[in-house]
Amino acid sequence: MKIVVCVKQVAALGDEVEFTPDERDVDPDYLDYALNEWDAYATEEALRLRERLGSDGDEVVVVSAGPEQVEEAMRRCLAMGADRGVRLTLDGPTDPIALARALAPTVERESPDLVFAGVQSSDSVQAATGTALADLLGLPRVAVVTKIEWDGSGPARVNRELEGGLVDVVEVDTPALLTIQTGINEPRYATLRAIKQAEQKEIEVIEPEAGGEPAYRIRRMFVPSRGEGAEMLDGSPAAVAQRIAEIVRERLQ
Amino acid sequence: MTTLVVAEHLQGRLREITLELVSAAKELDGPVAVAVIARDPASLTEMVNVEGVDEIVNVRVEPEEFESDVYQQALAALIADRQPEVTLLGFTINSMGYGPAVAVREGLGFASDVYGLAQDENGLVATRSFYGAKVSAEIEFPGKRQVLLLVRPTAWPPAQGSGSASVSELAVETAGSRARHLDFEQVAASDVDITTADFLLSIGRGVGEKENLPQLEELAGKMNAILSVSRPLVDAGWMPNGRQVGQSGKTVKPKVYLALGISGAVQHLAGMKTSGTIIAVNTDPEAAIFNVAHYGSVADLFDVAEELDKLF
Repeated sequence: MKIVVCVKQVAALGDEVEFTPDERDVDPDYLDYALNEWDAYATEEALRLRERLGSDGDEVVVVSAGPEQVEEAMRRCLAMGADRGVRLTLDGPTDPIALARALAPTVERESPDLVFAGVQSSDSVQAATGTALADLLGLPRVAVVTKIEWDGSGPARVNRELEGGLVDVVEVDTPALLTIQTGINEPRYATLRAIKQAEQKEIEVIEPEAGGEPAYRIRRMFVPSRGEGAEMLDGSPAAVAQRIAEIVRERLQ
Repeated sequence: MTTLVVAEHLQGRLREITLELVSAAKELDGPVAVAVIARDPASLTEMVNVEGVDEIVNVRVEPEEFESDVYQQALAALIADRQPEVTLLGFTINSMGYGPAVAVREGLGFASDVYGLAQDENGLVATRSFYGAKVSAEIEFPGKRQVLLLVRPTAWPPAQGSGSASVSELAVETAGSRARHLDFEQVAASDVDITTADFLLSIGRGVGEKENLPQLEELAGKMNAILSVSRPLVDAGWMPNGRQVGQSGKTVKPKVYLALGISGAVQHLAGMKTSGTIIAVNTDPEAAIFNVAHYGSVADLFDVAEELDKLF
């Protein structure tokens, strides 16, 4: 059995923001990087399936695209227990459709039984790469999965989380691509020993085949205006609490 | 510019997002068509026939509920037949399962979670958020004759008023479905109904540790508020799903919504932004929750909670 997990190193903004001179992105100096939260759950789910069903020779392979620094996020997955990684060299951010096109040949080459991806990435929130990738691979897919029941062959029974707390139970043929929702499991922490061992695990580096045209182009980034604007309550915590108490009592009269 | 909207329905009922999509479509020049993909599309026709809709296209398919393969085939056929320049779907769980597949297969321009639409001399311009909704971007689709967009729920008001759309049918051959709907289940019912509360004290990731929950539960009790939470606290298993505010939880509209340590992910804001009075306390001055709050304070939630505790 082989499970490929597609992961992304995401960027987060701190308290301040500056844009690049062309105003088409945020100045990277203002960004912090980490493994996408959804992808930690996807990796954990792959590891659990392998532990439950697996035998010798089974593999969990993490695939990512980006410059060398994204290997940091991949190493976290390897430290959790994934066996090896494949990184596609790709400069800078891209749209989810172009990313799926870049990932597809590499994932296909692995001939996985299941492909997992996080539902979405925290920095871009498109919820699109996994579903686009499934189409390129010719695989059935289910998006926003919160439970997987599978005995290693034949169709899997999965829960798809709909809006408002309703769950759609779906039977999906395999191989399949599933996009994994947070909360499906509790991702493990890697031990120091596992982190050390992960440094020795293989990350193969591949040049992607020429991708298609981008699905969009960013014209301009900007800081959104604050709506009508929140009235900011200043002063000590006691003063802020006093004002909140007044507002609450007034509105609930 | 022709705009195609795909209606969304669940268990025989039209979902509100459909009418929001009609409002979004009306921002663009040209006719608006709404496609109803269903086993019995005629049963929904009347509900989508609102002001601004020019044509309703009924597409009969076998499954009663959403199945991604069927929707992908139906939408591809609709786009081939009607040639819309813009296709709008909701940024919903269903759309996530087939929209991007249609975009990649048909070579369309694509973006999701779009909350603004405009047209200028270079064509369509969509607005969406990046980096935890702290920045926004205008995006364009050079070289794309057709574009597929997933639109943020609650970004537009639902279209109203009775319309006078023509109704037509499109026959679509759909092959078998590789991911089949079996059943619906309701996530375990909650001990309280947060949707009927007048006052919600809502807590998020800023709470930090599970050990910090009891003092906030106690504060909620003292203030006569019902405690609700954002998604990370449910994911961590600290609070039941029934207490969750947001797209995957409950949509709430209390008189007062006091958010402590909630940064304001898009999916959370969609579930609470129409609350009467929103008060937000967060250590991050750039937190997106301040974009929808009426009152805000950049402070440590525990410092403020401690002081509130003395006042109630």
